[in-house]
Amino acid sequence: MTTSIRPTSKKILDRRSFLHVSAIAGGGLLIAAYAPELEAKAALLTGRTRRADYVPNVFIKITPDGLVTITSKNPEIGQGVKTHLPMIVADELDVDWKDVRIVQGDHNTALYGGQGAGGSTATPQNWTPMRQAGAYGRSLLVAAAAQTWSVPEAELTTEHGTVFHRASNRSLKYGQLVDKAATLVPATPLTPQQLAAIPLKDPKDYRIIGTKVPGYDTHKVVTGQPLYGIDFTMPGMLCAVFEKCAVFSGKVKSANLDDIKKEPGVRHVFIIDQGAPARDGLMSGVAILADSWWQANSARKKLKVEWDEGPMATQSSAGYMAKAAELAKQPPVRNLRKDGDFEAAYAGAAKKVEASYYIPLISHAPLEPQNTTALFKDGKLELWSATQQPSGGRSLVVNTLGIKTEDITLHIMRSGGGFGRRLTNDYMVEAAAIAKQVPGTPVKLLWTREDDIQHDFYRPAQWHNFSGGVDAAGKVVAWRNHYVGFGDGTNFANSSGIGATEFPARCVRNYSLDVSMVPTGLQLGALRAPGSNGIAVAIQCFIDELAGAAGKDPVEFRRDLLSQWQADPPPPVDPNAAAGGGRGGGRGGAGGGQPQFDAGRMRGVLDLAAEKSGWGKTTLPKGTGMGVAFHYSHLGYFAEVVQATVSKAGAIKVDKVWCAGDVGSQIINTLHAENQTQGGVLDGLAEVLSQEITIEKGKVVQTNFGATDTTFSLMRIRQACPVEVHFLKTNNPPSGLGEPMLPPAAAALVNAVYAATGKRVRQMPLSKTDLKWG
Amino acid sequence: MAVTFKLNGKTTTVDVAADTPLLWVLRDTLDYKGTKFGCGVGQCGACTVHRGGVPVRSCQLKISTLAGADIKTIEGLSPDGSHAVQKAWEELDVPQCGYCQAGQIMSASALIEKNSNPTDADIDAAMNGNICRCATYIRIRAAIKRAGEIKRAAGAVPASGAKPLSNPGDGAFDGTAGRPRSLFDAAR
Repeated sequence: MTTSIRPTSKKILDRRSFLHVSAIAGGGLLIAAYAPELEAKAALLTGRTRRADYVPNVFIKITPDGLVTITSKNPEIGQGVKTHLPMIVADELDVDWKDVRIVQGDHNTALYGGQGAGGSTATPQNWTPMRQAGAYGRSLLVAAAAQTWSVPEAELTTEHGTVFHRASNRSLKYGQLVDKAATLVPATPLTPQQLAAIPLKDPKDYRIIGTKVPGYDTHKVVTGQPLYGIDFTMPGMLCAVFEKCAVFSGKVKSANLDDIKKEPGVRHVFIIDQGAPARDGLMSGVAILADSWWQANSARKKLKVEWDEGPMATQSSAGYMAKAAELAKQPPVRNLRKDGDFEAAYAGAAKKVEASYYIPLISHAPLEPQNTTALFKDGKLELWSATQQPSGGRSLVVNTLGIKTEDITLHIMRSGGGFGRRLTNDYMVEAAAIAKQVPGTPVKLLWTREDDIQHDFYRPAQWHNFSGGVDAAGKVVAWRNHYVGFGDGTNFANSSGIGATEFPARCVRNYSLDVSMVPTGLQLGALRAPGSNGIAVAIQCFIDELAGAAGKDPVEFRRDLLSQWQADPPPPVDPNAAAGGGRGGGRGGAGGGQPQFDAGRMRGVLDLAAEKSGWGKTTLPKGTGMGVAFHYSHLGYFAEVVQATVSKAGAIKVDKVWCAGDVGSQIINTLHAENQTQGGVLDGLAEVLSQEITIEKGKVVQTNFGATDTTFSLMRIRQACPVEVHFLKTNNPPSGLGEPMLPPAAAALVNAVYAATGKRVRQMPLSKTDLKWG
Repeated sequence: MAVTFKLNGKTTTVDVAADTPLLWVLRDTLDYKGTKFGCGVGQCGACTVHRGGVPVRSCQLKISTLAGADIKTIEGLSPDGSHAVQKAWEELDVPQCGYCQAGQIMSASALIEKNSNPTDADIDAAMNGNICRCATYIRIRAAIKRAGEIKRAAGAVPASGAKPLSNPGDGAFDGTAGRPRSLFDAAR
């Protein structure tokens, strides 16, 4: 059964046809497949148009010893991609997982096309191409066996990397067939018809897909082997720190470089300044290079820099709040969607509710501090970096330092967490700029935790200003949101926008979404489930407020809203539009409210979460409450119920989360899918419990990890509650699990706190509100 | 200054600045990269090692205080990943990004050494200093209990009251009915 992932243009279908096979010198078979959707993603991320030439980007190597080596081209950041995409190939190829070896590919767009980690896109983009690549390899091996034995292919079966002719009780292992198979390569690439004709397995025959497969590198992780960017080392390498201005617009005026040069172990100290302030790129600063990182960082403590802080020094969180409040009272910059007549419906509503929600800035804080090792030698640059977007990093280096693309080699290292932080490659260009000053010497730049928290690309703040009306029957008849996000007054800043079809659009007949922008000099970026991680909190909480006004149960009220859903007319198909989660200026293409939103799928997970949690069937003591929320993002449907207990002193304890998700017909690696989902749910809880970044005089107030106003709070094991995960199987193409479970968890917790205490918190995080009761 | 201490059972001498934290001696001087840098202020636990069997944050330990100390890192926990905690971590596939896990395993192995049948509360108390940014905490709790089982079985101590743990990832859904079955709730 072939599954269509999404409406695809003829052009893309044609280009999917490439699937090349060749013999390996010394024996073996190499299958190079072309997956156009992957390159579409790369084009979206880099802003470049797709090439017309053939670029293979899935490599499978089968050698005479029977081993299958699959190249993992995407960065591994903890999402499990290095394991679960090869599982798809291996299953269709019909080999045993124990015979599969996986190697990390370097960054090489010529070989692999797009390489990135973001937007929960790996599964939806690779599901069909990876199966086809594996199935094509299998078909060649079957053909080779058929020729060898002079029997029809139809009489042959495969299993465990072996072709069988049961009638004559003969078998040949793949390794014995690869050289013959390599001679069967068609002279021309397969046509789309030929490709589609390659039989794919019936899902009931899967042996690897849908099973529990431990991470390919788990053994290396638990034995402490060097895997991460920070672990890379080479002879003669110096260690570097880079001191930048705490204000993002700041530049170095002067520094006591000569004093620092005298510090133990210090080899070089210099200022890096590209001239203009470079948001998203290379800031002005002082680099210190020493024999060891501790020496470099110790010297840094004696560094005295006079900064020109620039225009951002006057900005503050209080200033952003005041500006957002002022904008909320004014006519919006523009309207994104208008259905019916909000004003008239609101005026006539039986019950009216107005409420404003604030979603704060927060930091990504992946546990591995940012780092890159760089060697600039003979005009060529070699980089070892943990990055979610290698092509973006390379472009940044090219554009900032004038090094040619062809002179850059970028090795992709395992990332100690991503969460969207490593979509931006400021640390990579810093390392490259430092290494360029000391040709021939490898340099490892490593940030401190303070560098990371104070120079992030923050999850943007959001201000939602709602007005909603319900009629006498308790139905929502009017909904308006004047949404305020960061931007330049006309356009939203990175990851600061909201989708025109964001729920409950199309469920409320009189609906208006208006937007305005607060200017900022901050660096902003995509945090896991960008946009959605704040939008869901505001919208799902306001839905509860309307349910309360209507006197309805929150689950029943949501069912009723979903039942009102009406499709928009289908949008025109844009053949150049890349599907998947873009991270550039908007919310992410696979974010909430896409045209293909399916109210029935959301109803399915809502019912399931309600059933599993015993919603409405248990009597909870005062101080304990259940909250519900759902959200659609990254092609995934998630509904979650959170039960929380708030002590009389106001301390929140999350008791349990019931999570119901619909990501299509197939969970590929059930072992990792559950882990990823539980982690994402807890991540969502952590965000609303206590995470906030604040700005004073243009600087980030928070410095390191901790639980005070001047530190940044990450979840600890004591706060981690049980998370029950249920996947609802539906007949839809499999989609990704990196992000969509997160937003409903955050929203449902805020609703649970209301149920427990009667206190409706509208300013996140929850820790800022006194929740004492009784 | 020159300091001699025991590292993973081997007598080791280093000559570095007296205020150098053990973390950076391990990583940069001795090339033991398993111990990780996360915060540098003792808040995250990624740099956890054992000193005399007690879990400590190596970013907060100056080398000058370690003359004669008995230090164990993730590399010294077992020669081949066969420590009960490592085996349990692999079996349950605890890691996501994996960056914190060496520190988690060092804290967990110290706990299991003292108490091979810990309650959730025991685990939370012993592990609260180790942050996992991917929030694999549910698996960490389950893996510590599993490690306790492995240790108790190896020690031929009757596993009194120990029940088989649910397996993570079981029964993602019921393929025939299109409706899910109940799933593993690891922390129970």
